[in-house]
Amino acid sequence: MALTQELISEFDELKTHYPESQAALIPALHRCQEDLGGWLSPDIIEAVAAYFGMEPVEVFSVASFYPMFFLKPVGKHIVSICRNISCDLRGSDELVARACELTGAKPGQNSADGKIYLETVECQGGCANAPMMVVDGTYHEDLVADDVNKILGGLA
Amino acid sequence: MSHETYLLSRMDREDSHTLKGYQAQGGYKVFEKVLKEGMTPLDVTEEVKASGLRGRGGAGFPTGLKWSFMPDPEKDTRTRYMAVNADESEPGTCKDRVIMREDPHGLVEGCLLAAHAMRLDAVYIYVRGEYRLPYDRVFAAIAEARKAGLVGQNILGSDFSCEIHMHKGAGAYICGEETGLMESLEGKRGHPRPKPPFPAGFGLWGQPTTVNNVETIFNVPFILERGAEWFRGMGNEKSPGNFLCGISGHVEKPGVYELPLGMPARQVLEEYAGGVWKGRQLKAWIPGGSSTGFLKPDAIDTPMDHDSLKAAGSMFGTGAMIMLDDQASVVKSALVLMNFYDHESCGQCSQCREGTQWLSQIFQRLYDGGGRTEDIQLLTDLANGMAPGKTICALSDAAAIPTHSVVRNFKEELELYVQHGGHQGVLAARKLEGVGA
Ligand SMILES: Cc1cc2nc3c(=O)[nH]c(=O)nc-3n(C[C@H](O)[C@H](O)[C@H](O)COP(=O)(O)O)c2cc1C
Ligand code: SF4
Ligand code: FES
Repeated sequence: MALTQELISEFDELKTHYPESQAALIPALHRCQEDLGGWLSPDIIEAVAAYFGMEPVEVFSVASFYPMFFLKPVGKHIVSICRNISCDLRGSDELVARACELTGAKPGQNSADGKIYLETVECQGGCANAPMMVVDGTYHEDLVADDVNKILGGLA
Repeated sequence: MSHETYLLSRMDREDSHTLKGYQAQGGYKVFEKVLKEGMTPLDVTEEVKASGLRGRGGAGFPTGLKWSFMPDPEKDTRTRYMAVNADESEPGTCKDRVIMREDPHGLVEGCLLAAHAMRLDAVYIYVRGEYRLPYDRVFAAIAEARKAGLVGQNILGSDFSCEIHMHKGAGAYICGEETGLMESLEGKRGHPRPKPPFPAGFGLWGQPTTVNNVETIFNVPFILERGAEWFRGMGNEKSPGNFLCGISGHVEKPGVYELPLGMPARQVLEEYAGGVWKGRQLKAWIPGGSSTGFLKPDAIDTPMDHDSLKAAGSMFGTGAMIMLDDQASVVKSALVLMNFYDHESCGQCSQCREGTQWLSQIFQRLYDGGGRTEDIQLLTDLANGMAPGKTICALSDAAAIPTHSVVRNFKEELELYVQHGGHQGVLAARKLEGVGA
């Protein structure tokens, strides 16, 4: 089984928050993605399904609905640039262009060295500090294109 | 430009997010008082009703009235829930995040008061997955409150018990719609449910449920501490209280400001946001998040409240103002929004699934230069087929409304895009005329 004992005990506890255990599925998928390699492989989906007593295809159908879950391998770092209205008005196109140039990837792709997964995303609630991007879950706000060089350059 | 503030009033302290910081500023006093001095659940609901508080999640529904839809627990003994909507994903909206990050105990205290009023068994706070720090702060606040005997079984030694749980979403706009949220919380795809049945009768796991926005619940302790009368002293008759106004786009000082409802939009723009940036003029603005429709500068004196904005042809929505300067392209902004709605439609209703896709394609070809004169009428016809009330949820309306507003208020710009062959053509023509790019 692809799940660690630690994750299983966490899920056992999570399930107690809800009258029906399936409610713990999405939080559990988050934890799997964090701890088990950054994406939800078929093996992980199968193991999670077994844990919840569901069919793998049911778990896959839920996971595939949510943009935060990756169903294919992604780079070590996730770089997400918001392209919605407030960010667009303040120059998010330039951030995207710069990030593409630096990584050699288009949105939705990994960089050539496989280190960075680049994506554009919908509004992240940082509109008053636009434009913005999220790197591995951390918000970077009030950006200009040169900030992208600094931030991506700092990723090990 | 001074007015009474309360929503943001505790956030100056470094430790405003901790129990210590919260209690040092009077936190949990009103909840204790309600519990110890025996204010009944009905009393609490009546006070919220009397305050006139309206939901801050977008629809502006009266909160006390919503609470009173929950069935009488004497007659209906099913388990009862509240889901706090912390999905905050309406473009332009960035306020709930501030509350959760800087004053999470205020939200927890609001949940406890709501739990008392509606006699809830449990509260779930559904937070969009991207909000890590806000999630962690509320999570920590609940843990601190639990340790202090404020959350869990027999709270403060009384016979009142309530669990509060955090729940993490995974990034889909539709999970902010209240029934999509409930499906998602149950661990499914976030497909909205047809209404009726309404959540108060058939909500989470089929049990009575109320869904409220973060800012709505955050207002409740203030109302109970200071009274409905005090609350009605701010804002106006039909939209009382203050609201968190996010203002973004082409302004000098974008930000989240606490303002009384009914403040003229011009005052927000000029006194708080520092005016349109770079000394430019205003071309267009959206008063309440991406679903509320573009207005022209001639509406900038409209008071920021539900009725006034409706009369002006838009909506208060989430109170998230988005400003476009005179060099912006309304067609581009409309395209960005239609791409968004197309991407976020859950696909259950054909009008919405197909309609959002067509709208985004038409704005794309107008922008690229392949637009035709008939496309302008087509936008209206499509939007008419999508709303109002033609689909399971209001996402379809949320795409139709801005579309109608663009055709109504910015038809000349649409025509220019047809005439000059798209964005590049329009820029070139403007240069010839010597108008800014
Ligand atoms: C497509 C769609 C998305 C929505 N997203 C949110 C959201 O992110 N946050 C929110 O509080 N309400 C959102 N709403 C409104 C909710 O359905 C619901 O009206 C609200 O949470 C009720 O809380 P309130 O009465 O306190 O405003 C959305 C509605 C629709 C139709
Ligand atoms: S209106 Fe759109 S988002 Fe709402 S249920 Fe129908 S298809 Fe889904
Ligand atoms: S539009 Fe980019 S964070 Fe809201």
